Amino acid sequence: MESLLHSVQGYIYPDELQLQWSILIVLYPFITGLVAGAFILASLERVFNVEAVKPTYRLALLTALAFMIVAPLPLQLHLGHPERSFEMYLTPHTTSAMAMFGFVYLWYLMVVLVLEIWLDFRKDIVLMARASTGLKRALYRAMALGSDNISERSLRIDDKVGKFITIVGIPSAILLHGYVGFIFGSVKANPWWSSALMPVVFIFSAMVSGIALVLLLYQFVSWYRKTAVDMPCLDTIARYLLYAFIIDFSLEMLDLVHRIYEADESFKTLDFMVHTKLYFSQIILQIIVGTLLPIGLLALVQLVKLTEQARRAIYGAAGLLTLVGIFAMRWNVVIGGQLFSKSLLGYTTYKMGLWTREGLLPAIILLILPFVILYILVKLLPPWDEARDAEATRAER
Amino acid sequence: MREWLRDREHLVRMGILFAGALAVFLVVRAVMVPKDFGTYGHFRTGALADNMAHPLVFAGRQACGDCHDDIVASRKGSKHEQIGCEACHGALEAHASADDPSALKPKLPDVKTICLVCHRENVAKPAGFPQVDPKDHGDGGPCTSCHNPHHPEIS
Repeated sequence: MESLLHSVQGYIYPDELQLQWSILIVLYPFITGLVAGAFILASLERVFNVEAVKPTYRLALLTALAFMIVAPLPLQLHLGHPERSFEMYLTPHTTSAMAMFGFVYLWYLMVVLVLEIWLDFRKDIVLMARASTGLKRALYRAMALGSDNISERSLRIDDKVGKFITIVGIPSAILLHGYVGFIFGSVKANPWWSSALMPVVFIFSAMVSGIALVLLLYQFVSWYRKTAVDMPCLDTIARYLLYAFIIDFSLEMLDLVHRIYEADESFKTLDFMVHTKLYFSQIILQIIVGTLLPIGLLALVQLVKLTEQARRAIYGAAGLLTLVGIFAMRWNVVIGGQLFSKSLLGYTTYKMGLWTREGLLPAIILLILPFVILYILVKLLPPWDEARDAEATRAER
Repeated sequence: MREWLRDREHLVRMGILFAGALAVFLVVRAVMVPKDFGTYGHFRTGALADNMAHPLVFAGRQACGDCHDDIVASRKGSKHEQIGCEACHGALEAHASADDPSALKPKLPDVKTICLVCHRENVAKPAGFPQVDPKDHGDGGPCTSCHNPHHPEIS
């Protein structure tokens, strides 16, 4: 108790001494944001016919699925008793946003992602079932639901159904991440969170982070597989990243200007926090390093004619900085909202454990896990066009 | 019909899979959700009876006063008058409801620690609240050597 008091400045209530929402709750909106963003990027090709981003379409879908599977894990680790989460489906309370979100999550995972991936990869699955033997064949046959039909007409029907699911998927993706912002935005006792702009800011920051992730993954995968990067595709993704980022940044600045102009009773407290405890994570990491710098880099590519190599380096740097910036944004929302007292007279400090249930190491493991799942998914369902052609040739033999 | 179905068969199979999963969920739900759930609100009604069936551990101030009226009288006008007996003496339902309460006599609280639960000096407490640093106050002796716990004011 005595030692804890050293981390306190001014007056705080006893229950504000230690933070209840840890780094795991920072990870949760970060991961769901990546899912929603990757899916919205994938839908560009399918719904809005942006042909240039086609090489990343299937990779983006698998990325969204890999991160979606991991999305609830930080929450379950934070709450403990993961078996109880099933109760939410059995006896959902209709006035609870969190309970209703359980259904949004299930809908998005099963109806949108799994179904769309299945429809899109069905031809590959059937071809791989034909080309393989033994256990592998049984697995692919089960994934194809025993069907061997990849006639032109059946694939055309799949495409139509897939397109419909993507159209349904876009509002679902917005609902998925808008909810996360809604949960924070609706805490009326907390002036750092309580804002109607919160869900909108979360959706746009989700798009930014998801697009940046796919931009990085596509470059990494091309380097790893020693295949040529499709530069028009990369340029288009980077352009969309810039647009989404400008909207996201404008919204965040709108929120800031509104807070400064409104200057309600919490303003001085929050302003002091941003200039002291959150100075590094908010001003330096989120705004300068994680927003202005990548926006500047991406804008530079639009203004100046650069070589392919220079553009790729810039995209890599901008993508990484974007992810750092969006992570810092989630950190500043979740952790920042718990650092000041509701009395508006004092501040506490967040002490992160290392090898504790809600410490840094579990958080790092949870961030690596989606990449492991993605690796398995990519092995199971190679998203590259050459893989599809190769399977077709092998199946014909 | 057969012609229509031919190139949609895989979709029908997927539909059946989803419908099957939904049916399994509904069966699991029917089995797992308690029959009396939701009668009075969003909880299992039987939980009320379960909670009522828990054995009592606290007797309540009135039960103490039934026998110890001298102590009740001695607390009159003291700052400790409103504090529940069991706050210091512990849960005493077993003692109060025993046929022979003297056979189940509760242990007296350790005054060296129990007084400090409330009265240890702490900046967060209101300035007027009696609070001491045991290093500077009482010479390490028990508080009861100077204070009567039932009426602690030193006149």
